[in-house]
Amino acid sequence: MSAVMITRKVRKWEKLPGKNTFCCDGRVMMARQKGVFYLTLFLIVGTCALFFAFECPYLAVHLSPAIPVFAAVLFLFVIAMLLRTSFSDPGVLLRARPEEATFIEMEIEAANGNVPAGQRPPPRIRNVQINNQIVKLKYCYTCKIFRPPRASHCSICDNCVDRFDHHCPWVGNCVGKRNYRYFYMFTLSLSLLTIYIFTFDIVHVVMRSVDNGFLNTLKETPGTVLEVLVCFFTLWSVVGLTGFHTYLISLNQTTNEDIKGSWSGKNRVQNPYSHKNILKNCFEVLCGPTYPSVLDRRGMMQEDSSISSATAVSAVSAAPAAPAAPAVSAAPAVSASPSSSSSNPVSQTTKITAPLILNMHTPDDAKPSIAASAEKRTSPKEETPKVLPEADAEASVAKDKAH
Amino acid sequence: MATEFHNLQELRHSASLANKVFVQRDYSEGTTCRFQTKFPSELESRIERKLFEDTVKTLNNYYAEAEKIGGQSYLEGCLACSTAYLIFLCMETRYEKVLKKIAKYIQEQNEKIFAPRGLLITDPLERGMRVIEISIYEDRGSSGSSSGSSSVSGSTAR
Repeated sequence: MSAVMITRKVRKWEKLPGKNTFCCDGRVMMARQKGVFYLTLFLIVGTCALFFAFECPYLAVHLSPAIPVFAAVLFLFVIAMLLRTSFSDPGVLLRARPEEATFIEMEIEAANGNVPAGQRPPPRIRNVQINNQIVKLKYCYTCKIFRPPRASHCSICDNCVDRFDHHCPWVGNCVGKRNYRYFYMFTLSLSLLTIYIFTFDIVHVVMRSVDNGFLNTLKETPGTVLEVLVCFFTLWSVVGLTGFHTYLISLNQTTNEDIKGSWSGKNRVQNPYSHKNILKNCFEVLCGPTYPSVLDRRGMMQEDSSISSATAVSAVSAAPAAPAAPAVSAAPAVSASPSSSSSNPVSQTTKITAPLILNMHTPDDAKPSIAASAEKRTSPKEETPKVLPEADAEASVAKDKAH
Repeated sequence: MATEFHNLQELRHSASLANKVFVQRDYSEGTTCRFQTKFPSELESRIERKLFEDTVKTLNNYYAEAEKIGGQSYLEGCLACSTAYLIFLCMETRYEKVLKKIAKYIQEQNEKIFAPRGLLITDPLERGMRVIEISIYEDRGSSGSSSGSSSVSGSTAR
């Protein structure tokens, strides 16, 4: 049986390694677990819907029509920021292509010299000097690169992310260099929205109770109780989170660095990225340039697949019919698994031109979002954005099983 | 010069890839995008040191311009924030404009300077802004020259 090579054009996002999900033909990029994100969306939309239904008619008439208008503007801003944070590329680093990976390996071997047999080779670390401080760059075994400073590997999304902050399940995505400011604007505007709704709920209840009595008011507007409950709990977590991130921004630190204590402690390096000026730090983080995505999700690329001649005829007719079909769902790491395209299963996919790097388990840290280390923080505000330890353990168990 | 090519077309048709050199990022000034101007030893016989360094320095200047934090980036940021960043759907950011300039510059450099010497620079954006990949080509007609294809064949053997 002879093999026929079929070249097909696919979009680059279909061949990207990592555990992201893509929607709208590559325009939207999220993490795999989206359940909590839907919850966030539901809570925000639901609470605001109740507010517009129950409180706004009364307040617009008795106080001012500007109240619902401002609430609407704020609500739209919150949703826009949430979607922007969730759907954008956080700053994922491209994995090294085979030639680059080999080049780096050769450099490492040259630097290590001869390691006597039986001894473990030294850890792969590169020292760089940044603003007169020595910073260690770690090697990522999954992505086969030396991580740039402040980058970290997210085990949930299985990507190295530049200026990695944390993986936020509420937003359904990592928070990194490219979407940190959207995340911050989201938490800030959500805090304002929560405070706004909470305040006007109280005002509304007070005003109505003066006329009708407290219990009657609650009977007339049952939504108020729900809103107050949601807002009360949201207030503590989101406002606290905003405060925490304001603190981090003023020091030009990431959550990841804060948790690991990279720049704190006596014998540690001082933060080399801070401008030692609060305004300058805020400037840089919030008003800095908008970095481009290096992923080029919607670019086209050639995909070569070989199929046996028996299915060649039908596959040839099937393949051109779906030029951008996201047919090859096989992860690049597992080369033996058959990929399926429309109706004809392709027996083996060979020689995919995307960076085909065997997915090795990252042996060292690479799990910055582990909430376990958040225990040492005493304030309650951290609880929301951190990944639950079980979720992270599940992800790593799933990854181990795949090997 | 070991090989002479007159333009990019000739390079692609009559040459085969012999080796690749990767110019790494220079982090001495922080996380801004800068590449090392250290001259790789593999290019010793292929191109003058000054030409190479000028190219890398110009690229560094472009990136510095793109990432500059000043009045213009502040205005762009505030304007975008006030429109809930929806303005980015219709407007091109400053960084993207500079990236286009960089792509054009690299194309020019390849045509004028690098291709005639049997070299080709890849836009760092295609490599994740991590390295400047320089491909070294050998004339297919000439027998094995000093820069062996060990790294290329080594990668397939892995």
